[in-house]
Amino acid sequence: MCLAIPGKIISIEDNPLGVRMGKVSFGGIGKEVCLAYTSEAQVGDYVVVHAGFAISRLDEEEAQHTLEALAEVEEAAKERGESLTATERNCSISCRK
Amino acid sequence: MKYVDEYRDEAAAQQYVQAIRRTVTQPWTLMEICGGQTHTILKFGLDRMLPKEVTLVHGPGCPVCVTPVEFLDKAVTIASRPEVIFCSFGDMLRVPGSHEDLLIVKARGGDIRIVYSPLDALKLAQDRPDREVVFFAVGFETTAPANAMAVWQSKQMKLPNFSILSAHVLVPPAIEAIFSAPGNEVQGVLAPGHVCSVMGYWEYEPLAEQYRVPIVVTGFEPLDILQGLYMTLQELEEGRFEVKNQYARSVHREGNTQAQRLIREVFEVTDRAWRGIGMIPRSGLRLRDGYTEFDAERRFAVAEMAVEESPECIAGLILQGRKKPPECSAFSLCCTPEHPLGAPMVSGEGACAAYYRYGQGAQKVSSR
Repeated sequence: MCLAIPGKIISIEDNPLGVRMGKVSFGGIGKEVCLAYTSEAQVGDYVVVHAGFAISRLDEEEAQHTLEALAEVEEAAKERGESLTATERNCSISCRK
Repeated sequence: MKYVDEYRDEAAAQQYVQAIRRTVTQPWTLMEICGGQTHTILKFGLDRMLPKEVTLVHGPGCPVCVTPVEFLDKAVTIASRPEVIFCSFGDMLRVPGSHEDLLIVKARGGDIRIVYSPLDALKLAQDRPDREVVFFAVGFETTAPANAMAVWQSKQMKLPNFSILSAHVLVPPAIEAIFSAPGNEVQGVLAPGHVCSVMGYWEYEPLAEQYRVPIVVTGFEPLDILQGLYMTLQELEEGRFEVKNQYARSVHREGNTQAQRLIREVFEVTDRAWRGIGMIPRSGLRLRDGYTEFDAERRFAVAEMAVEESPECIAGLILQGRKKPPECSAFSLCCTPEHPLGAPMVSGEGACAAYYRYGQGAQKVSSR
């Protein structure tokens, strides 16, 4: 629907109309991006970019919380006396070619 | 890549699958709205890791798939004009119109350019004052800020040769259409993370309340999807129907107010027909007064035309989650990415393309 990928802001400058633009790196590939909708984002921040536009600034704290939430799931399972059996561990997530 | 690789961790994903298995006590049908989510689910095989009680149906979140045939036919008409340079995202070029697609027009000599951003089309208009540059502005709320900015800048620059063929659609009315349809089986929804990055998720709260369906705003990596499913299933098992935000690293309840401001400046809400689904009230955007000079439909006086669709294509049922691609008689036989009957087989976010590409298609062919 709206493919968008995270990139790191490398530089910021305004275009002749005063619209906030910048260079964003996507794993080393630099691209010009419009930053007009993320005025709070600074050099070094990560933004989600769609069709050449940053639509949000990525929140590092929330990003960590998403990853830590899993530990809470595990903790809750242990408290209920449910722990992963060896067979449960081996179902694998495979990327279909 | 940061903010991507961490959310593809296999061990973590496995643990969520176990947590889902422990949580589910009865059958549930969930819909992921966004085509990008559909592709992640099928690409990483998440559908096959879930307990059999969990059924995933695929929503209408593929902008290419829901763009009405009339707009394809209008695009073909405009792009065929000698004075026009017609710019579009790449996946629109092969979507079948009533008789032709844009790739055929290009082969016939039409000047059709694939662009990454509407600002690329705007720059082209500046560089080529001798031509009329038209941008095919399709998409959901995620793309609206980009198109609004291109139109706004064109107005500031008083650029006479830039216009857009706008076919924007909005998600909440489509979800309501699915929930309110007779025989609806969808019990929980993964809402599209990037639409909500722009619009926030406050619009979904009345839907969850009225239809008693939990809605979890979800990202696009495997761990995001599994966590979104886990949160939705927890609510269902506990009899709750709230809106939750799994994709909090990018989404806030109010969304991106800077983007919304320019969307409201340039566009207004209107009724819109969705390909395969039909007319959904107040489910589209059109250029507002003060910007209608940038409306390619008006500028080129494209008349309404009778449209034709393949009678075999069941895209409408697929987009509403009522059928899955392998249930279509044409799937992977006379309908393939090379010879698509409908848009869901063309688009990189279409369910049929996902099933064809990630294995379900090949199986059907080999089993015949």
